[in-house]
Amino acid sequence: MRPPREPFFWALFSAGGMLTALVLPAAALYLWVSRPLGWVAAPTHAALMAHVASPLVRVALFVLIALGLFHWAHRFRYTLYDGLQLSHLYGLIATICYGGATLLTVFAAWTLWRFP
Amino acid sequence: MNPDYRLHHPKWHRQRMPIFWWLGKLSFTKFITRELTCLAVAYAVLLLLAEIVIMAHSEGAHERFLRLLAAPPVLAFHLLVCAALVFHTVTWLNLAPKALVVRLGGRRLPDWAVVAGHYTLWLAASVAVVWLLRGIS
Repeated sequence: MRPPREPFFWALFSAGGMLTALVLPAAALYLWVSRPLGWVAAPTHAALMAHVASPLVRVALFVLIALGLFHWAHRFRYTLYDGLQLSHLYGLIATICYGGATLLTVFAAWTLWRFP
Repeated sequence: MNPDYRLHHPKWHRQRMPIFWWLGKLSFTKFITRELTCLAVAYAVLLLLAEIVIMAHSEGAHERFLRLLAAPPVLAFHLLVCAALVFHTVTWLNLAPKALVVRLGGRRLPDWAVVAGHYTLWLAASVAVVWLLRGIS
């Protein structure tokens, strides 16, 4: 039996899946491959600070981080149930996955709110 | 399933599945790999968050972080993360016609058109991301 909050988490999973699918490959290749290899000009510390400080960028980063985390929580939960045959730990796994995503989302909100 | 509810129930007949059941067949392995790309998604957003925390801390800490990104083992790991992220995107967009039925003038848009639309969106989003990041540098 599925609890009625399932559609809510599914909606977060789905929105997170779409947003990260569209945005993350390009961002990851740029920031973590091209930048360290020197293929692209690395932004200076001051320029990065100024851009992240803008409210619009902060909101965008928060949405991306939060939805990405809840995408992980939902999908990883079912991967543990099916892949590792852990469906008997239903409640524990759900608590760890959604609880972890919630805590990290709160931390992201706090960090971006207090930035710099 | 709670075993306490078995009181007047005949013994369950259930075949035990091995933990690595998904290694036996390519389509199962692809399914579990697709599901596990969520780890790459979580890692990527947390690494973004880590960089924000570190650069807010100090410029020196941020320089050390950037040097760490350039270390060959870290770079190799991040290439793997990028591959997983691309796999996430491709599998996600390919499933779009299963979740989305677009009707145009009373007729259903064919699956390939829905997929093509999503890939166009991916291209546009990627160009926008690179354009925004280049704008900062």
